[in-house]
Amino acid sequence: MNRSLLRIFAIACTSSIWLTLPAGLVHAQSPGYSGKLLLTGGVTQLEGSAGGGLTPWAVIGGYSTRDQIGANAFLTNVRADDYELHSGGVLIGLFDRAEISFARQDFDTKAVGGVLGLGTGFKFKQDIIGLKVRLAGDAVLDQDSWMPQIALGLQHKKNKQGAVVRALGAKDDTGTDVYLSATKLLLDKSLLLNGTLRATKANQIGILGFGGDKSDQYKTQFEGSIAWLVNRQLAVGVEWRTKPDNLGIAKEEDWYDIFIVWAPTKNVSVVLAYAQLGNIVIKDNQKATYLSVQIGF
Amino acid sequence: MQRIFAIAMAAASLAIGILLVPEARAQTFKQVDDPAAFQAFGEKPGLVRIMDDLMINLLADPRTKSHFENSDKRRVKEQLVDQFCEILRGPCKYGGADMKKIHSGSEINREAFFALVESLQKAMDKHGVPFSAQNKLLAILAPMHRDIVNQ
Repeated sequence: MNRSLLRIFAIACTSSIWLTLPAGLVHAQSPGYSGKLLLTGGVTQLEGSAGGGLTPWAVIGGYSTRDQIGANAFLTNVRADDYELHSGGVLIGLFDRAEISFARQDFDTKAVGGVLGLGTGFKFKQDIIGLKVRLAGDAVLDQDSWMPQIALGLQHKKNKQGAVVRALGAKDDTGTDVYLSATKLLLDKSLLLNGTLRATKANQIGILGFGGDKSDQYKTQFEGSIAWLVNRQLAVGVEWRTKPDNLGIAKEEDWYDIFIVWAPTKNVSVVLAYAQLGNIVIKDNQKATYLSVQIGF
Repeated sequence: MQRIFAIAMAAASLAIGILLVPEARAQTFKQVDDPAAFQAFGEKPGLVRIMDDLMINLLADPRTKSHFENSDKRRVKEQLVDQFCEILRGPCKYGGADMKKIHSGSEINREAFFALVESLQKAMDKHGVPFSAQNKLLAILAPMHRDIVNQ
């Protein structure tokens, strides 16, 4: 698309937003004046949903309140000993009620690809469409009760290397994860807790396809996050994510990380994590650095 | 018969009295668990300084300006000092109207509520209130959104 076309497209988008949204709502979008409090929309996790680094939370991404629309874009790089994962995407938060997200992942097998006969630097690619609805509660405001914020979500994943993942033993190149998340901010202790139950068939979150020779059933996995809010801009925490183990030739293990999130302003946040990813295909004990940059309003 | 009437009248006036008294009495607030929190805020003089800055921040923020520019700012600040002092277990008593009534005059949405929290956080930061003590106060204030946000 050339520059003038792009400009017309941008103007058309902007004016259609102006026409569609009530005046108060548009006013609410003025930069720097978005509704929610800093970091209370979480960051964007690996698969594009608002959450921690590895796991979705019950929060709705972006800084929209119940009267507003928010949005967020992210870029994440995970550098493991023998692999590298790039993930990027966007999400839209609607009225602090629903979240729609899109993410694209690109998993570089580097030298391992050569060893497997796929070619050095062979990449597995995957697209993920996410949907999340807040069912009940308010993680931030309901400080006088134990009731967490609860959300139901799905992540529909399409792996683009169907023939290769089938050759590895996967049954399908498409899969849908369904999850239920509960998130609670314990403000008087400056702690945020999240627990997520996920029903999934995904091998290595879908990068190696769905289902396998060992099992082709949905399995329920647990994902947890604990974050300590150090100050308004900074949080540190741990996460863990259990995973199924469906492929006979590629043993899969649970993931763990420790992370630090820094939000210098409401519109920018940076996540740095150190993750333990276990065995991936033929390489054991994969340790990784995780770096993510997010822009949102 | 007259006696029964007198008893009924007495009972009725007692009932009316019970109904009216809480209306006239000021609201009481849930308090923080930590008795040291009041000191972390610099006690009452600290709260006075924080409220001075809070009001400056509220008037500078377009999300909250209209809610406060025509208010009796001195009185609002005094009431906030008393309210926060009471919540922090200081030797004060809030004497103003209850939260729902006091906010019913203007249309307040969540964005404005969160904006006030941000202004308060900035003022507390400026006066060196530790983040953990700030959150203990905010944890008591947050559920008040049910009485304050009316849109």
